[in-house]
Order: sequence, then C-alpha cells, then structure tokens
Amino acid sequence: MSEYNHIQTAHCENGVTVSLLRQQGLEFINEPLAFGLGSGLFYIHIPFLKVNGGPAISFRSMPGSIFKRTCKTLNVKVERKKFSNKQAAEDFLDKQLDAGRTVGCQVGVFHLPYFPKEYRFHFNAHNLIVFGREGDNFLVSDPVMETTTSLTRAELEKVRFAKGALAPKGHIYFPKEAAPIITNEMINAGIIRGIKHTVRDMLYIPSNVTGIRGIKHTAKKVRKWRDQVGERQAGLFLGQIVRMQEEIGTGGGGFRFIYAAFLEEASERLGNDKLMGISEQFTKAGDLWRDSALQMAGIYKGRITAQKDFDHAADIMVEIAEAEKKALLDLSKLKLR
Amino acid sequence: MKKKHLPQDKSSLENFTREVIYVKNEDGKYETELSTGWETKTVALENAWDEINRRTEEAKQECLDGKISPIGYYLELRLMDLPVLAGYTGFFKWQIKRHMKPNVFAKLSDKKLQRYAEAFDITINELKNFNPS
Repeated sequence: MSEYNHIQTAHCENGVTVSLLRQQGLEFINEPLAFGLGSGLFYIHIPFLKVNGGPAISFRSMPGSIFKRTCKTLNVKVERKKFSNKQAAEDFLDKQLDAGRTVGCQVGVFHLPYFPKEYRFHFNAHNLIVFGREGDNFLVSDPVMETTTSLTRAELEKVRFAKGALAPKGHIYFPKEAAPIITNEMINAGIIRGIKHTVRDMLYIPSNVTGIRGIKHTAKKVRKWRDQVGERQAGLFLGQIVRMQEEIGTGGGGFRFIYAAFLEEASERLGNDKLMGISEQFTKAGDLWRDSALQMAGIYKGRITAQKDFDHAADIMVEIAEAEKKALLDLSKLKLR
Repeated sequence: MKKKHLPQDKSSLENFTREVIYVKNEDGKYETELSTGWETKTVALENAWDEINRRTEEAKQECLDGKISPIGYYLELRLMDLPVLAGYTGFFKWQIKRHMKPNVFAKLSDKKLQRYAEAFDITINELKNFNPS
C-alpha cells in the first residue's frame, strides 16, 4: 500500500476528486479547481420531491458529476461500477484495494458510525475514500472529517447499500489512468470549459426550477408558505432550506465562496484581471446567502414571524438571483483564452 | 466572508470534526479555515430534531391507542419514509401501508416481521411486544 495523505475539504465529492487525482500524481489539483473544472455550482428546487413535506433544494450539480467532469476535462480515464449483488461489490472492492488502488465510494450517512447522530439522516449522496484494508477493517478517508477513520466490513457494506432516494448500490469509482503529462494549456482549457458549462447550467436550462430562475422559484414559495401551512410548519421549511444550504457537505453559501476561490485561481492562471472582479461578485453572493440564512433563522427561532418577515427572506433570495445573474452574464461576456 | 467573521459557535460536530470553510484573509485572498459551527445552522438542526421527536411521540401514542401498528412507530423513530422502508424491506409501499394497520400487522408471519426487524435494527420480539422506552 502506498503512502496515503488525507485531505480535508468543505465538500465530500470535491474532496474525493482531489484526493484520488493527487494519488494519480496530479499535484496541482485543489478543491476550488476541482469544483470549477467539474462545474459544481448549481441550483435546483427539485420538483415533485418533498422532504418531510417541505422543499428539496440542491446547490450543486448531480452527485457524481463533479468527479466525472473534472476527470474528463483533464483526460483522466475513470472506472466506475454499481452492483445489484452485495458479494460482488465486496469482492470488487477487495480486489482493487489488494492491488494497491485507492477508490471512491458513494454511501448513505444514516448508518455511518463515525458521524454524529444528529447528522445521520437517510441521505445517500455522501462520498468517501477507501485507501486500504487490514483484514476486515477498511481504512477510510472521509473528506469532511479532520482525520482518517475506519469501518468494519459489515459497516461498509451497510452504507454502500443504503436504501432510499439516490441509493448508492455499491457505487465505486476511481481514476484508472492519467495522461503522463497534464500541461498548463490543458488545465486552462478545462477552466474555460468549466466556466462555460456553469454559465449554461445556471442561465440557460429551459426550466423554472433550475439556476437563477430556480432561486426565484423558491423565493416565490417562501412568500406563500405562511398562508399555506401556518407559521410553525413554514418555519420548519425555512430551517430545512438553511440546512440544505449550509450544512456540512452541501453548502449553498459555502459553494459560492468555493467558486469565488476558483475564479481567483483562474484569474491568476489565465492572467485575466476581470475574473478577479467576478470572483468578488460571487463572494458577495455567498455573503448574501448567509444573510438570507440569518433572516430565515430569525423566523424559525420564532423571533420574527410576520408575513413581512417571510417577504424579506424572499426579497433577499431575489437579490441573490440578480447578483448571481449579473456575475454569470459578466462571465459569459469574457473573451477567455 | 472575511476570515475574522467566521463563526465559531457550538454545534453537534463538537468532538467529531470541524468543517472547512473558504474565507478571505487580510490580503483579500481565499484560504481555508476550520469552523466549529454556526448557531444559525445549529438551531435549524435542533428544530428538525424537535419535529422528529414530536412525530415519534405522536406515533408512539397512536400505536399505544391501537390506531397504528408498531411499524408506524419505528418508521418515525428511524427517520424513514415509505420509499426508504420499502428499500430496506423489499416490500411495496402499499404493502407497508397495509402492515401499518394493527389488525393486518397481527397476522404477519415471522418471516415478514423479520424483514421489518432487520430494517429497524431491532428484534422480532421488540416489534411484536410494543413497549417503547
């Protein structure tokens, strides 16, 4: 087994991507770069899906897409597998580990023993790295943890075969082969591709629930909840937004800061000062997301619960939508090369 | 967010981990910093748990009153909904809904009960003799 270096990141899939690619010798990769190359920034108010009767919102692209796109843009070949048979999934994992490979696994957090109980919901799009095994004890590097941990064979099987929405089905993935040399030109081209993809996802998907229009869609709902479901329930819904927005591994405001950090690095790599200005705009958007969370907290703490307080929360969301729209339009106007 | 504004509030992450947050340092450059938590989130999570506990208590009472079977109680206790429980047990959602009726539940075979017991991480006895703490 080769030396393994644990890296903690803000978001699990970014972290798995960074760690797996560094194992392949891609020393330059870091979390903001992975997030930007993989076009992780997104917004979707998922239609028809309710969580506890309330809204389901995601601030990032589909689970798995950051890893997939980052590898693709850097010309890294990827192996990925899902299983219907638990034994086959275990055997495959053992085989990879015994061959000295480090692999990413999608897991559910409900049965993840090293997570605090308060965080263990039936959320199935968490990612971690398995970097070795000692008999039936698997060495785990979970990107949101400060240190490495371990799971027994039974524990690992349970989280890899968690059930419910986005069930992982033993999903395992890893880079198979990286190009011998990744040039700065390749990275820069990837950055530009990543930015274009994000602009397209956030501005031009013809749907009312995604991107900028998605944020406004949620704002509209926020205005109505108090009348529709009453103060208490509406407060719980807002709390749910804040948890999906800011909680570990999901980070809505947080994602905006990561994207701003990506643009900061992009500005240096491409030698383009305008990107720095747009990075600043995303920082402001991130700050606004946090303001919005504070306003919502005022409501679910029961401090301010009038209709005008719900309206104010919605107003901040509209302000965010406008701020992000402007930043994205500015991005799309740049002549990057 | 500036580094000096990063909250370091108490949260359930205490003694487990801290989270990485991207903040701007004094030079206006991004860097990462560890945070113990943010009160705004802590309260949202606490409220979510209060609601879970309220629903669990309600289900417990309904079960004691004979309005629903223990499956309805353990479903809440384990934070599940029908699709999740269907996933773990292999039953269809409509079957689970039926099994939540006390008179249907009473006639379930041990084999079927075993599937529920495993999904809930309890013994068949705990499922049959409803006596929650």
